[in-house]
Amino acid sequence: MTILTVIEAVRDAMREEMVRDNNVLIMGEDIGSRGGVFLATDGFQKEFGEERIIDTPLAESSIVGIALGAAMSGMRPIAEIEFADFIWPTINQVVGEAARVRYGTNGKLHAPMVLRAPQGGGVRGGLYHSQSVEAIFAHTPGLKVVAPATPFDAKGLLKSAIRDDDPVIFLEHKRTYRLVRGEVPDQEFTIPIGKGDVKRQGSDITVVTYGLMVHHCIEAATDLASDGISVEIIDLRSLRPIDFDLILASVKKTGKILIVHEDNKILGVGAEIAALVSEKAFEYLDGPVMRLAGPEVPAMPFSPPLEEMYMVNSDKILSSIKQLITY
Amino acid sequence: MARKSKPSNGLLTDADLKSMYEEMVLCRKLDERLWMLNRQGKAAIVASSQGHEAGQIGSVHALNKGYDTFYIYYRDLAVMLSLGMTPTEIIRGFLAKEGEPLSGARQFPTHGAYPEYNIVNLSNVVATHLPQAVGAALAAKMKGEQNVTIVYFGDGASSAGDCHEAMNFASIHQLPIIFFCENNNYAISVPMEKQMAIDSVSSRAEGYGIPGVEIDGCDIISVHRATFEAAQRARSGKGPSLIEARVERYLPHTSDDDDSLYRTEKELEKARERDPLKILRALLFSSGILDETVDGHIQRNAREAVDNATEIGEQASFPSSDTFYEHIYAN
Repeated sequence: MTILTVIEAVRDAMREEMVRDNNVLIMGEDIGSRGGVFLATDGFQKEFGEERIIDTPLAESSIVGIALGAAMSGMRPIAEIEFADFIWPTINQVVGEAARVRYGTNGKLHAPMVLRAPQGGGVRGGLYHSQSVEAIFAHTPGLKVVAPATPFDAKGLLKSAIRDDDPVIFLEHKRTYRLVRGEVPDQEFTIPIGKGDVKRQGSDITVVTYGLMVHHCIEAATDLASDGISVEIIDLRSLRPIDFDLILASVKKTGKILIVHEDNKILGVGAEIAALVSEKAFEYLDGPVMRLAGPEVPAMPFSPPLEEMYMVNSDKILSSIKQLITY
Repeated sequence: MARKSKPSNGLLTDADLKSMYEEMVLCRKLDERLWMLNRQGKAAIVASSQGHEAGQIGSVHALNKGYDTFYIYYRDLAVMLSLGMTPTEIIRGFLAKEGEPLSGARQFPTHGAYPEYNIVNLSNVVATHLPQAVGAALAAKMKGEQNVTIVYFGDGASSAGDCHEAMNFASIHQLPIIFFCENNNYAISVPMEKQMAIDSVSSRAEGYGIPGVEIDGCDIISVHRATFEAAQRARSGKGPSLIEARVERYLPHTSDDDDSLYRTEKELEKARERDPLKILRALLFSSGILDETVDGHIQRNAREAVDNATEIGEQASFPSSDTFYEHIYAN
């Protein structure tokens, strides 16, 4: 075991897959001699050459479109969008094209590609460097969507994403990059896409979350343990497919569920989980299905108190859990 | 994708010209039949290639069938036939029948992929396929192949952002790709002067540092020569080229369009004067490659092939609904 940060785990996963498979290439903005704005590809161009580590023009639609064409021709491209906020010009190539390659060719072609994008706020990123973009991709059949929270999960899931034969949107929370450390095995491992993980076992209430919020939920649960409240935390890790079985098993045990995400609430990932629990575990509930999520403003403001107001944090989670526990 | 090497030497023999003519006759007859099937209520949508055939067939013959990669768009029926697809396969698509090879009749006709011929035609969103074609060329270069990618698009697509991004990237990396613009002067209903403030799509090449040529797309020999030269450049590592083939569109944008709202009969009459089929026919007659007897034979064969395909297509079943959920993910 080695202690790594999330960004180190991401870097190790890509380096190992680049070494393992010559068809893996990375393309994106400033990923070459700069090593990426978050240094995810630090040293890669020296190690693997300019042909496999491609600095692109600042033109996101073609970053994904070119990666898609290369994927359909047998390569395994990783396309990096520098900040998830810049992903919107790629929507046609991702949602309109990559997601439909296999279906629209009746299985003749497929697109083994990964679209990596650092997302999320709490980093003074303002409107254009803080967004959470998962909902639109998680809504799209044909895509897989992953949002890891820990170095272990980031490495194991990114390796799976690179080896996957379908397009995977890989959303790393940029706040976790250097904030979150954790043990990562030294030997080879992967984590299957579509499987959630119980990050903390408990019996009184289920909290379903992903990304940075996993860590805030753990903080809140730790505080509540001293009050005798036992919180079970499910880290979804994958948002398409979602591990519905894991959620249902936990809710059937605890009878209460709170869904927490940083992305805004309406028509977000939490809405889908709430609907699932209502449909499949209604008779097990002894409280309303609750969501704690980002507010309905168009994007995250820049000024500290305003940003603070936007972000979900452990205090807000703690009071939501208390509210539901006492229902 | 298939990778069978059968290099073209750039020369056109009498036999080549005759076979190009046969393909053009077949394409025209098939296209006319498709339009008829639409008017009979049997084919939901048709985008005609009539007037574009010389650009399509001439370019295919300058490349290596089954080896080079063809990213096409919805008006490229003659590319598909010239590469080896059969009228039966095409009609199955237009009637949305079982056994349609490109998409299992999930997509609009002519859309999907045919790996044996390296045909890709995914999207209805114009210009979306240009960056994808550049990706195919990037893959070929990285694998050290001699494969050339040709991407066909209309004058309308040339105004889209993806067109700019694709050409820029292809030029930076000197990728083996041919940008082949079939300029019929109309983006659906909008004439060229309202699409761009320049006289020629090919002049845009200068902005990317690549060669751009404007050619008569109704003259199959000019098309063949320009495409062969571009392919040679690509194969020798000299990067992309832009070819603007000036073609004509004899029918509305699609079977759902009414071009009388934006084109005059006089303009269409003038366009028909340079019908690529008539031009090639006249050339073959004047050079003694074709006479009335041989031409009659070619016409009859084409008609029979189209009749036969229509019969098979009409008798074929629709796809089973059991296939509905297939091929969403690998597993």
